[in-house]
Amino acid sequence: MDGVPMSNGLIVAGLLFSLGLIGVLVRRNVIFILLSIEVMLNAAGLAFVVAGSRWGQADGQIVFLFILAMAAAEVAVGLALVLRLNDGLGTLDADAASALRG
Amino acid sequence: MSAMTTTFYVASLVALVATALAIAQKNVVHGLLYLIVSLLAVALALFALGAPFVAALEVIVYAGAIMVLFVFVIMLLNRGPQTVAEERSWLTPRMWVGPIVLTIVLAAELVYTVTRTGGPAAGAAIVDARQVGTALFDVRYAIGVELASMLLLAGLVGAYHLGRRGTRRM
Amino acid sequence: MLDLLWLVPALPFAGFLVLVALGRPLGRTGAATVGVGSIAASTVVAFLCAAALVALPAGDRVFSQTLWTWVRVGGFAPGIGFHLDALSLVMMLVVTFVSLLIHVYSTAFMRCSEGFARFFAYMNLFVGSMLVLVLAGDLLLLYLGWEGVGLCSYLLIGFWYRDPVNADAGRKAFIVTRVGDTAMAIGLFLLATELGTLEVQALMERAAVHWLPGSTLPTLAAALLLGGAVGKSAQLPLQTWLPDAMAGPTPVSALIHAATMVTAGVYLIARTHVLFALAPAVLAAVAIVGAATLLLAGASALVQHDLKRVLAYSTISQIGYMFLALGVGAWSAAIFHFMTHAFFKALLFLGAGVVIQTLHEEHDIFRMGGLRRELPVTFWTFLIGSASLAAVPLVTAGFYSKDLILFDVWASPLGGPWLWLAGLVGAGLTSLYTFRMVFVTFFGDVQARPAERPGPLFTVPLLVLAVLAVGGGFVELSPTLGHQPHFTEFVRPVLPAAAHVPGRATDVAWLQIVAGIVSLASIGVAWAFFLRNPRAAGALARSPALARVHHFWEVGWGFDWLYDRVFVRPLVWFATVNVGDVIDRVYDGLAWSSRSAWRLLTVTQTGRVRWYAGGVTVGAIVITTLVLFL
Repeated sequence: MDGVPMSNGLIVAGLLFSLGLIGVLVRRNVIFILLSIEVMLNAAGLAFVVAGSRWGQADGQIVFLFILAMAAAEVAVGLALVLRLNDGLGTLDADAASALRG
Repeated sequence: MSAMTTTFYVASLVALVATALAIAQKNVVHGLLYLIVSLLAVALALFALGAPFVAALEVIVYAGAIMVLFVFVIMLLNRGPQTVAEERSWLTPRMWVGPIVLTIVLAAELVYTVTRTGGPAAGAAIVDARQVGTALFDVRYAIGVELASMLLLAGLVGAYHLGRRGTRRM
Repeated sequence: MLDLLWLVPALPFAGFLVLVALGRPLGRTGAATVGVGSIAASTVVAFLCAAALVALPAGDRVFSQTLWTWVRVGGFAPGIGFHLDALSLVMMLVVTFVSLLIHVYSTAFMRCSEGFARFFAYMNLFVGSMLVLVLAGDLLLLYLGWEGVGLCSYLLIGFWYRDPVNADAGRKAFIVTRVGDTAMAIGLFLLATELGTLEVQALMERAAVHWLPGSTLPTLAAALLLGGAVGKSAQLPLQTWLPDAMAGPTPVSALIHAATMVTAGVYLIARTHVLFALAPAVLAAVAIVGAATLLLAGASALVQHDLKRVLAYSTISQIGYMFLALGVGAWSAAIFHFMTHAFFKALLFLGAGVVIQTLHEEHDIFRMGGLRRELPVTFWTFLIGSASLAAVPLVTAGFYSKDLILFDVWASPLGGPWLWLAGLVGAGLTSLYTFRMVFVTFFGDVQARPAERPGPLFTVPLLVLAVLAVGGGFVELSPTLGHQPHFTEFVRPVLPAAAHVPGRATDVAWLQIVAGIVSLASIGVAWAFFLRNPRAAGALARSPALARVHHFWEVGWGFDWLYDRVFVRPLVWFATVNVGDVIDRVYDGLAWSSRSAWRLLTVTQTGRVRWYAGGVTVGAIVITTLVLFL
């Protein structure tokens, strides 16, 4: 049984990452920005698993586990901040929170 | 080409399309749903690579917990129908040009880097949960596991404190 | 006894400090006591040291005392040290004694002025600095004294500072002498770097050993020192400050601008005469400067109508004689003339001060007259001083010193008939303007009556100086008049005798006769023009042919006009043009560019998250490109 060439797997992960990046740069709604960040993290995890699978070891999957834990913590705190943002500014516009300018 | 590789490519395709649709939605819940589809597709791709454990984790934690958290928060925000109009005003076609150009450059470089190396095929062997578990408890990753748990604790406390509304302003 | 030498400058400095700190609480009497007392004590110590030095055997009359090392850098270690030999002994005695008399006089002269304690503080500081100057064993310490007297001159000229005219005069004096001081400083740098030391004795030895006569280095060094001397001694071309310096109180004019400070240049050249002997070109320049100055200033003195300005130009002229003497190698003659000049010029100034004060600040001699009956003591002492200045033969000190100079100029291989003729014409001019001043001021009809007769504090110093103006010359009698060259013999170890061309050395007698005739004849001319027929002089001055000359001489031969055109106006023009300050623009430009960069960079700080994310992306692209392709 032959597997997927590593380069192909990495390309897929790369393309997913790029889509997430586009999402971060384009969207103004903070929820969508957080969403796109999740996409990027997921893509990174995919890349790790591909690499680990190429060597037939569990390390790639372990790193994926860590990424998952980190993403979870980050989403929790991030969404709490979104609640705060909504309370304070009345909007979910990322561009509205630009008081740290100049 | 074996069945697993075909599965991988199909699942990847679905994931890509779903992600593209997810980030272009006007309605945030629709975006979330598309993203869930994307995550499930990625889970399938992971399974096709011979990593059943993380495939399951992807479904349970990522699609099951994190996305649900997103949905809860959207419910709490309770912003109502004006959001769609808002999004329409924010998401003009002109907005897409810059990011797409930048990302295409970056992606091109990524692809270039990756294709140079090449390498043997992945996913020829299945690495199951038992192997992952054994490796996790190995001394190499023990400290990582502890740190991850501390991170989760910190996230918990932070999210609790930051998410309190009404009684006290920060 | 000689170990107490350091007290001689230290006591006036101590007086200065006391007066600065406690001037007001001391009151007038206290301030006067401290001021005069410190000088009196210094004079006593000076005389004791002099006696101790003279008691030493003739070849051995040198005493050096180093108090501490001032600086130690590399091999250069100037010290605070005093050096007493024949030359500095003469200078020291003259400075302390004349200062004492003038201080006593000042207690009466300044009795109604504000700032009484301040006056004596400045005067003490001046005397201290002057003593440091003459006693310094090291040229660097001499320069300290040099600068100190310059400072005190500025402070004292502008003493009545509320009148801007006085402040301007003080500023002018300081700036003009500064030009000379800078040249001197450069000269000192040159000497220090080339010869490694500024300690006078060692310096002179090394100069004589290392440098060939007439080569560039000694010529340059001597020329620079000459620049300093010219500035301080108000010789051409830096003489413009002295007539204006008469804005200060008369005791100041007497002490600083007649007897002591302006002779500092003469002292400097005499002290470093070895160096000047190595630079014949510069020595010739000294003589020429002296000759030109004495003629120019004499002519200017003839047409002044301010009493003090006549005396000021007279001082410039007499110092010209000293420079002339130095220029032909007659070192001791120059110092001898310094000594007699100090006596009679101080006397003349003090007498003028009495006249001016009793006539309620009247300075114009043509508004005075007939004062010989009103102020008898002042008149007789003034007459004696004038006679000495005019070198009336045989009975005055001035005759002996001026005669010695004229003889040395005639007989020296560096001198000659032309310089002697200049000196002779100058002597004639001197008698003329001196007795013009005497006749106009003291003879004729009384135009303004003095308010009161001067008291003993005025008259005693006048009398003492009058005695010295007569008797001070008898220490040096020429071969034809008894041959008692005590002065020249006394300073011979320090100042070598003037060289004489063999053929001309025997002309002493007829030179004296010629000089005497010129002097007396000029007095006669003055009597004719200013006493017998006063209107004739005025008519002559106003005649079309001579009116322009009269005016030209009166404004000091146009030097003030020249300097104004050449230096002052371009500087003022440049200052007004550069009001925005070009140099500042450079630094403003730096600040401006910094601020512009800030404004540019602020554009990138939008505060928006997506913008920053875009920045990260661009950065990632750049780095990846660099890694991949470079």
